[in-house]
Amino acid sequence: MTSTLAFDVEAVRKDFPVLAREVHGKPLVYLDNASSSHKPRQVLEAEREFVEQHYSNVHRGVHTLSQEATDAYEAARSTVARFIGAQHDDVVFTKNVTEAINLVAYALGNPGSPVPLGPGDEIAVTEMEHHSNLVPWQMLAERTGATLRWLGLTDEGRLDLTNLDQIVNERTKLLAFTQVSNILGTENDVPALVARAKQVGALTLVDGAQSVPHQPVDVAALGVDLFAFTGHKMLAPSGVGVLWGRGELLNALPPFMGGGSMIEVVQMTGSTYAKAPERFEAGTPVISQAVALAAACDYLGAVGLDAIKAHEVVLTARLLDGIRELPGVSVLGPDSTEARGSAVSFVVDGVHPHDVGQSLDDLGIAVRVGHHCAAPVCRRYGVPATARASSYLYNTEADIDALLDGIVQVQRFWGAA
Amino acid sequence: MYQEIILDHYRNPHHKGLRDPFDVEVHHVNPTCGDEVTVRVRVLDGIVEDVSYDGQGCSISQAATSVMTDLVIGRKVDDALVAHEAFLELMQSKGKLEPDEDVLEDGIAFAGVSKYPARVKCALLGWMAWKDATAQAVAKQKEAS
Repeated sequence: MTSTLAFDVEAVRKDFPVLAREVHGKPLVYLDNASSSHKPRQVLEAEREFVEQHYSNVHRGVHTLSQEATDAYEAARSTVARFIGAQHDDVVFTKNVTEAINLVAYALGNPGSPVPLGPGDEIAVTEMEHHSNLVPWQMLAERTGATLRWLGLTDEGRLDLTNLDQIVNERTKLLAFTQVSNILGTENDVPALVARAKQVGALTLVDGAQSVPHQPVDVAALGVDLFAFTGHKMLAPSGVGVLWGRGELLNALPPFMGGGSMIEVVQMTGSTYAKAPERFEAGTPVISQAVALAAACDYLGAVGLDAIKAHEVVLTARLLDGIRELPGVSVLGPDSTEARGSAVSFVVDGVHPHDVGQSLDDLGIAVRVGHHCAAPVCRRYGVPATARASSYLYNTEADIDALLDGIVQVQRFWGAA
Repeated sequence: MYQEIILDHYRNPHHKGLRDPFDVEVHHVNPTCGDEVTVRVRVLDGIVEDVSYDGQGCSISQAATSVMTDLVIGRKVDDALVAHEAFLELMQSKGKLEPDEDVLEDGIAFAGVSKYPARVKCALLGWMAWKDATAQAVAKQKEAS
């Protein structure tokens, strides 16, 4: 059954102890990866080894451990940079994507911003954004008097680009959008959006939370200005995320948070600031989590992002095909694997998504239910919430079949089929 | 968790649909899941004369709201609040409380829900909206008199 797959999924599964456990007496089928992924032994071991043998604060001391910790932290930055085709100094460690985007939104609004915003200026987003790439821009618009505009969605779950030239125009200072939607699964046409933004001189910020874990991403090749992703969705611990930016832009941005590490000269009358990345890493950073993130990049790189993507396409096709055969079950988002990630939102007629999720949990199947922090998308398609299954490198065709069978059982229990 | 009583109330909810007359209308949402309920309350001489509601949500939130209307309509506000307290206590019990059927009637079916922290908020959505609306209605009448 696994002959079409380019790596040994069963061998990969052995690296994730949690996949061997049972939930409610049934083998765990974990399909909530768009929310957060599990961590392999190699990542946990790398973090443990670092903390047990080399841990200290970074960039602060002359003692041996301090130097080793600094070396490990900066080596982690290099590994993460290579993973996304970036330069070492252009990678800023943050807490998560949310913090990375807020960092940019606050920096842009601070005095000395290279892109000052005010009444008459516009910020453009899309209707499919996670709240973390929407609310910070609403708040920035509120602070500065700028106007927020957005690209709408087609009935098929894609961006409606028919009015791209109106939404992204000469007044647009920044275009922020997701590479892959966390709720619809849609992969957006980054080159088309970047090309239009460049035409009008707008900065671009891309939310890569759902792309970097699942497919090869080269930020330099994408031509964007700013890019954010998070560790916990790509086999690393929670608590570490990344903001990447073009070096000259990062160094032109005023800081977001002030404190230790981000300064050059501090006097009572004022301070000057370090260059990126330290410029944006005030205080003791996420040290061991960054080391673990680098180990996760190594793990994913060893399996191969192309192979992972191919594997997920097989699973996603199987799920979409299976759902199409089920009366009373519909998919919210693209119905083919064309330009699509592995997150599949679905609705079971007559059964609320929470009840779908709870009933699936009784069968040991973990899916996410709710609005997935993308409430405007649910509103756009007239549903209060959805259930969402999202596969990753360690999922199997058996997992997909278990879910499809589980949905039938849910329908039977709730009298919906 | 899905007791037959809960499924019955979900499929055939009691007192559903917004009605006149009413003193106060409130709209409550559960921001983590998007469930929402609109509740209208009419209070007359310290009695909960009517509670009507409309909403969308999971079986737990809808059934709990249906059960709630059975427990409060026609009761003295103070007695209805006793039922509310008992239901709240049951929901916070993590499955460790034997519910009193005399006080909670069909509400005892929700004892199992208290073992699922993610669903407790669902069960309390309608109750919290009712309590809010009732407090406002009582305050309004005090102001008027």
